[in-house]
Amino acid sequence: MKKVFERPKSMFPVPTHYCPGCGHGIVHRLLAEVIDEFGIRERVVGVGPVGCSVFIYNYINCDMYEAAHGRAPAIATGCKRMHPDLIVFTYQGDGDLASIGTAEIIHAANRGENITVLFLNNAIYGMTGGQMAPTTILGQKTTTSPLGRSSKREGYPIRIAEMLATLEGATYIARVSVHNPKAIIAAKRALKKAFKIQIEGLGFSLVEFLSQCPTGWGMSSREATKWVEEKMIPCFPLGEFKVPRSEKPVK
Amino acid sequence: MGEKVLITGNEAIGEAAIKAGCRFFFGYPITPQNKIPEYLSYRLPQVGGCFIQAESEIAAIYMVFGAAGAGARVMTSSSSPGISLKQEGISYIAGAELPCVIVNVMRGGPGLGGILPSQADYFQATKGGGHGGYHMLVLAPSTVQESVDLMTDAFDLADKYRNPVMVLADGYIGQMMEPVEFKERPQKVLPTKNWAIAGAKNRPRNLIRSLYLDPEELEQHNLKLHRKYLEMAKNEVRVETYLTEDAEIIIAAYGTVARIAKTAIKMLRERGIKAGLVRPITVYPFPYETFAKISEKVDNILVVEMSLGQMIEDVKLGVCGKAKVHFYGRTGGMVPTYDEIVTQIEKIVKEEVA
Repeated sequence: MKKVFERPKSMFPVPTHYCPGCGHGIVHRLLAEVIDEFGIRERVVGVGPVGCSVFIYNYINCDMYEAAHGRAPAIATGCKRMHPDLIVFTYQGDGDLASIGTAEIIHAANRGENITVLFLNNAIYGMTGGQMAPTTILGQKTTTSPLGRSSKREGYPIRIAEMLATLEGATYIARVSVHNPKAIIAAKRALKKAFKIQIEGLGFSLVEFLSQCPTGWGMSSREATKWVEEKMIPCFPLGEFKVPRSEKPVK
Repeated sequence: MGEKVLITGNEAIGEAAIKAGCRFFFGYPITPQNKIPEYLSYRLPQVGGCFIQAESEIAAIYMVFGAAGAGARVMTSSSSPGISLKQEGISYIAGAELPCVIVNVMRGGPGLGGILPSQADYFQATKGGGHGGYHMLVLAPSTVQESVDLMTDAFDLADKYRNPVMVLADGYIGQMMEPVEFKERPQKVLPTKNWAIAGAKNRPRNLIRSLYLDPEELEQHNLKLHRKYLEMAKNEVRVETYLTEDAEIIIAAYGTVARIAKTAIKMLRERGIKAGLVRPITVYPFPYETFAKISEKVDNILVVEMSLGQMIEDVKLGVCGKAKVHFYGRTGGMVPTYDEIVTQIEKIVKEEVA
């Protein structure tokens, strides 16, 4: 009998703590598949964030750090400078990367640190119970923007991929989504490219994943995937924003 | 005896770190410690090391976290307001049990304060500073030569205990030039860093973290850290006593102030007052025992600090009511002179007679 589906070897055989319909599990799996496909598990190092994915170290079987909120790119820098031969990734949510950790991500990208960043944007603080994130979209209700985010009161959602793409130090910046199978296949392609860039020593790569948070958004899983399609993607367009000089970006 | 070079304290600290095998420095400019990063920015590449001027003190301490977690000999340096910014990371480093060296060239505070020498960060250095209840080993040099000697010890102690070690200097020690000898020292045998991040090849993966959500697990972790601090207190206390054998009155001071106190003691002895000095070299762990013993022989102890009284609390804990503990301090970048110290001691002696 032909085996058509199995757990990636880089994942521990344990159930995750994520809510039904959450995108983190999908992104974890894509990450593990990419690590397996490159055959690099024994030289991969992960740096986990604070937030829902704080426990990523329970799922990905490689050397890992658990970072303070927002500081993962600085820790990854220290590790990569010590071990340039290791493949170092950070995994960060929107509160972690786009709010408390903005200085660290901008300067890691600007230094052209040869690391890969997985940035999960679900427009909300999940772990702490659904507060407004820097990427919360206009009109979106959260526990700290109960009237809906207003540009006058709370400012605008931050477009991290576009912002980082302006930096000369960044090599590869893309935004993808994990709300349907087609999008997931494209997301994996981008993630694989990001790791390939690091393996080839070409510099800083970041993939932003738009992801559903049914619990934080107060929706069913199906409603949440629809919300990504109808509300998030218009605010956060998908595509490649920065590619190595020899390539043309895929929009 | 080896060759002596005339060098500022800050540069000497940089060179001593390199001699101690430090190959990674992450920092951020702040006066009066700038010569440390400036020196290391050209010296580290010469020896195959890595220097990064980070975007902030916070990023710098987490680069230290990353490199220390990967097994590097790594340090950062800063001055008081910058150390405040690093406190979060120091707490994480202590929680994750990572070895590193942090140099604080103290300046006046609170807030932005001033840029002149101070000892006002004693509480921050010795009592935790960051959140959660942890301790660093804290070494307080009083000369440039001692700063150099203590740097090697600092890295060795950090590796021995898997704990952050602070070298607590002040603006005088950082900026003063003195003749210094960089002594060749035999390499200590230290535990191998089999816990460090290096890629999970032919072994289970390593994990560097300070997160323990299960309270029973966190309590066990904290008890383990506590045992380590007790071990440090048992093995690592260092203190200098100066003319204490026949002393009738004791001055307690550390760092730059202890040097000034020595001059004051010579002047007092010329005037017939038998004064002596107790100088903590480790301010954590603190030499409580020395103060307990000395307070059985003398009735008065004068604590002198470049602050309005911080180490005095530890002196009182050591003395435990067996002698009177007096205080004299200057603050904000002002420094106690030997004349002022002599006057203070004479006043105490006079009151005793009266």
